[in-house]
Amino acid sequence: MSMIRCTTLVSLAVLIVSSPATLRAETSTVDAIAEYHAMFGDENPAELWQLRGKNLWEQPRGPKNVALSKCDLGLGAGVIDGAYAQLPRWFDDTQRVQDLESRLVFCMVTLQGFAEERLLKTRFGDGPKKSELEALTAYLVAASRGHKVAVSLTHPAEQAAYDLGRGAFFYRAGPHDFACATCHGEAGKRIRLQVLPKLTEVEGARSAYTSWPAYRVSQGELRTMEWRLADCFRQQRLPQLKYGSEIAIGLTMFLAKNANGGVMTAPAIKR
Amino acid sequence: MPQLSIWLMALAAASFTAKVTAADAELMRVTAAMKNSFEAKRQATLDRLDQDETQALCTSYTDSPLPPAIAQRIAAANRATIRPPAAGQYLGDWKRGEQIAETGTGLQFSDDPSKPAGGNCYACHELSGVEMAFGTIGPSLRHYGKLRGATTVVLEMAWGKLYNSNAQTPCSNMPRFGHRGILTEQQLKDVMAYLFDSASPVNQ
Repeated sequence: MSMIRCTTLVSLAVLIVSSPATLRAETSTVDAIAEYHAMFGDENPAELWQLRGKNLWEQPRGPKNVALSKCDLGLGAGVIDGAYAQLPRWFDDTQRVQDLESRLVFCMVTLQGFAEERLLKTRFGDGPKKSELEALTAYLVAASRGHKVAVSLTHPAEQAAYDLGRGAFFYRAGPHDFACATCHGEAGKRIRLQVLPKLTEVEGARSAYTSWPAYRVSQGELRTMEWRLADCFRQQRLPQLKYGSEIAIGLTMFLAKNANGGVMTAPAIKR
Repeated sequence: MPQLSIWLMALAAASFTAKVTAADAELMRVTAAMKNSFEAKRQATLDRLDQDETQALCTSYTDSPLPPAIAQRIAAANRATIRPPAAGQYLGDWKRGEQIAETGTGLQFSDDPSKPAGGNCYACHELSGVEMAFGTIGPSLRHYGKLRGATTVVLEMAWGKLYNSNAQTPCSNMPRFGHRGILTEQQLKDVMAYLFDSASPVNQ
């Protein structure tokens, strides 16, 4: 792990130091970022999370000592192939629209007997403090690689979640007046050197949605969509987004619907 | 015919009212969900989810062009908040201004509230010819003062833009740095100097 990160950082330093001239023009800047991404190609540390997640999914665990094979992610108990690509969705048993992360919490609490507070305490890993939810998410998302994003709005609650997510996307608030749309409402823009996808349109939504969750080089952690959204709101100067909240799930539904038809490539690797 | 016109006008007025009401109801629903979906963390308290009139209007008209009357209302309300610097001194220290332009922290729950906030100008604007890691959400401000001069009118315009961007551009993407207390008067003057001082890298 630390070897991979070390190599990565050195490569990045070399890239920046060795090519100040190419960084001058805007197009070259974008090229440099693509080059930087290309360097990671074959070695994605996300695989470590996927492996850990596979064990967590298959082994009997928790106070009830059962495996998650009875967990229904929407395609039937224990079916994981392509399940993530159709989430969020309506679930009859919970009478709620759920994303993968909130569905996992539900399964781990009801099937395995874990306490929800314990799971949420480590929802985001931090070095030695490992997150079971991030590992499980990595494994289950990888099982949708090659599948097309295909969320449905046929249930009224699914449509309502989408509408709510859309509303949240444009909601301007906080001391800086920021909405999601401030940075993600126009194509081809950057913050500093970071290219920003336009998330209200197919192309931008697909490129972003199909590549999350991702291993974040700058953090040395695998991050899920719940984390991505919460960290965007932190930068918007808003309070802490609650895990599995209706806005978190609504926004995920909004992005997923906009990305429908895109082929899942996650877990990806990002800066 | 006159009767028909009156009836059509009444119908148009009614449908306009209904549309606004539906939009208001939708915004109320989103606001309520926002309040259910966040928890206060350090300085980022829940009242940050409350919208002022400008934020609410800009949210409501995200999809449709801003009607001129609404745009004028937003501009007027925000213009009224602008306070010129003491003694008409618009320019501070460009070197401190550069630091403010480079600094992206401030007011996030992850930031140290005892440290002054940055302006994060480089997140969205090109300024000097040296800093290449600039964003493109806003226009390039390269050679800002060199191109415009530093007459009183120009200084007032730039101060107004920094203090409250919505006075000149309703629903601008740019934060209202003075009005919302993100930057202090002294910090705004330092950023002004960064834009206008002939020795500043912005004008080199």
